[in-house]
Amino acid sequence: MTIAVDTSAPLPFQAGTGNDSPPPPRTPIPRSRVRLRDFGGGDLVLLGASLAAAIAVTWLIFEQFALLSGPAGFVVCSIAAFLLIYWVANVQLNGRLVATDRLWAAILGVGAVGLAVPLGAVLVFVISHGYHLISVHFFVKDQKGVGALSPASAGGIGHAVLGTLEQVGIAVIMGGPLGIATAVFLNEVGGRATRLVRIVVTAMSGLPSIVAGIFVYSIWIVYLGQGFSGFAGAIALSVMLLPSIARTTEEVLKVVPGGLREASTALGAPEWRTVWSVVLPAARPGIVTAVLLGIARVAGETAPLLFTIFGSSFINANPFNGAQEALPLFIYAHVKLPSASQVQLGYSAALALAMVVFFLFLCARLVSGTRPSWMNLSLLRRAAKSSERSEG
Amino acid sequence: MIATRRSRADFAYRFLASASGLGTLLILFLIGLFLFLQGLPAFRYMGLGFFTTTGWITQGAHPKFGVLALAIGTFIIASVAIVIAVPIAVAAALFISEYAPRRARKPLTSLVDLMAAVPSVIFGLWGFFQVQPAVIGFARFLSTYFGWIPIFHDSTSLYTSSAAMAGIVVAIMVMPIVASIAREVFSLAPQAEREGALALGASRWRVIRAVVLPFGRGGLVGATMLGLGRALGETIAVAILISPVFVVQLHILQPGTNSIASWIANAFGSGGQLGLHGLLAAGFVLFVMTLVVNLVASVIVNRSRSGKGVEL
Repeated sequence: MTIAVDTSAPLPFQAGTGNDSPPPPRTPIPRSRVRLRDFGGGDLVLLGASLAAAIAVTWLIFEQFALLSGPAGFVVCSIAAFLLIYWVANVQLNGRLVATDRLWAAILGVGAVGLAVPLGAVLVFVISHGYHLISVHFFVKDQKGVGALSPASAGGIGHAVLGTLEQVGIAVIMGGPLGIATAVFLNEVGGRATRLVRIVVTAMSGLPSIVAGIFVYSIWIVYLGQGFSGFAGAIALSVMLLPSIARTTEEVLKVVPGGLREASTALGAPEWRTVWSVVLPAARPGIVTAVLLGIARVAGETAPLLFTIFGSSFINANPFNGAQEALPLFIYAHVKLPSASQVQLGYSAALALAMVVFFLFLCARLVSGTRPSWMNLSLLRRAAKSSERSEG
Repeated sequence: MIATRRSRADFAYRFLASASGLGTLLILFLIGLFLFLQGLPAFRYMGLGFFTTTGWITQGAHPKFGVLALAIGTFIIASVAIVIAVPIAVAAALFISEYAPRRARKPLTSLVDLMAAVPSVIFGLWGFFQVQPAVIGFARFLSTYFGWIPIFHDSTSLYTSSAAMAGIVVAIMVMPIVASIAREVFSLAPQAEREGALALGASRWRVIRAVVLPFGRGGLVGATMLGLGRALGETIAVAILISPVFVVQLHILQPGTNSIASWIANAFGSGGQLGLHGLLAAGFVLFVMTLVVNLVASVIVNRSRSGKGVEL
């Protein structure tokens, strides 16, 4: 903590200390502590006032003097003016030391707001443009017989929802176990290849999604001569899903206490039994979170599906045969079309996709918020019961 | 030394786990191999010219195509994105790890993760219909008063569908990725060193300058490169925003640019057999570019003091 000496304040010890006795030659100088973490009501007022002043000044310059235009420029200038005003005000009131600290706090805060605002803006944008069509009808009907001139409410996105569910489902069935097994290899088995595999998995998690798409296209459709199908899209999605699940699961396995493994080994369990019955159950909430987060990320991918599922306008429930539709692909295809009703369909599908992704994300957070299982009483109770059973 | 005798089931378990670990290696290898094999006819037809040609004519009597304009466009869009995204992301990460109240940290972190999960097609839509109109005024200002700096020059006065616009939207998509790694790196800064700095009378900002930032430097470089890797491969948002051209466009505000990923998405299925091979060859180039960037990034993060134990 920084101590600042405030010499201008009146010294309370000098006031009314007696009549004729001489004042002690050295009164201790009262020190007012500057606590940088203290941020009281006055500081809040200062912050708000600086912000208001900055916006007012920028408005004056923008709209009255310079006749500049555009919200982006306005925001940038307001931020600059705010930082300047806030700093000067703080120097006047609290001194340079506090002012510098507050200025940097404000700059970093602006960064945090800059990160949060786009998320809010996207949400508002998608909801305000897409809510018109959301209904049960919209989620179950397909686009069969719906032309460019039909009203937007004529068809629905049932075929795209079904396609997305099937493709993501198959991708999880293929990529999930492989990802978890890779994580087990990295954390439990080990060996000479661990480092290499870890670096490759990291690099693969940054693989452009379009590369996954054209890879599956070149191997599955060109080389093996298969047709477009939901399954081909699912392969591409599982290529994206695998590294994501593997990395997150590895992090989860790392925090499973070593004591659990040792206890299991001490009881005579073979390695596979330790992993299967102790490590994986202990890490279950974390693994579920890893899978859900992976699904949330993959469900919104368009690029891997472009050349694998091809897109279709009616319900095709068979993922192994014939072109399918998916929500992201539907959006991408429809917002490029010229007719307003079709663009509207794209917006509403975007809202549906955002709802799906946010729902998955919420589930992932709720699951990860539960207590890790090794603290879980029910697990201990179950373990006690099963040992009783084996004894009796 | 504890002697362990492994049963047959144990060997099966170790074999399965190792096989899936090595299977991941195999998949990456297969991706590279098949893209290369499928791109080979294009490489063979154009020779080294594939890397020095800017045009993309794959049909007719004299096909002539190359990846130069695409690769440069990709790098320009990614650079714009990184220049915008990294300062904001680092500031946000520092705010979350150093300034935000302890109770607000977890929700803020979740918010960053949530943003990383927003589908790129939605960001593309939003960018096209909302960000672009909002930024045009600022682009006009830059071009009018700073047009003498070559990259800000724009001879068309349209300012739409440019590399800068695509870069801004890609920046918004890259930000949460950089921010979440940076936050983790900063939160690992040793508590003892922070307290030491505080005890010596440092303010919070001085603690950041003296302890947190030097500690996190390696991790930050890695985070930036991972962000660059994502920005290079961004497809759908860029494809929605830009209007593709085949010249090396260095004026970032001028309409018309291109990127490998968005061109593959745009041109797939047109351009005949040779065009298809050309696109797969371009995909191979993109694969190698991102792989190199990502590998360097993960090596830097793993080697640096701050990167140990950071989840990428």
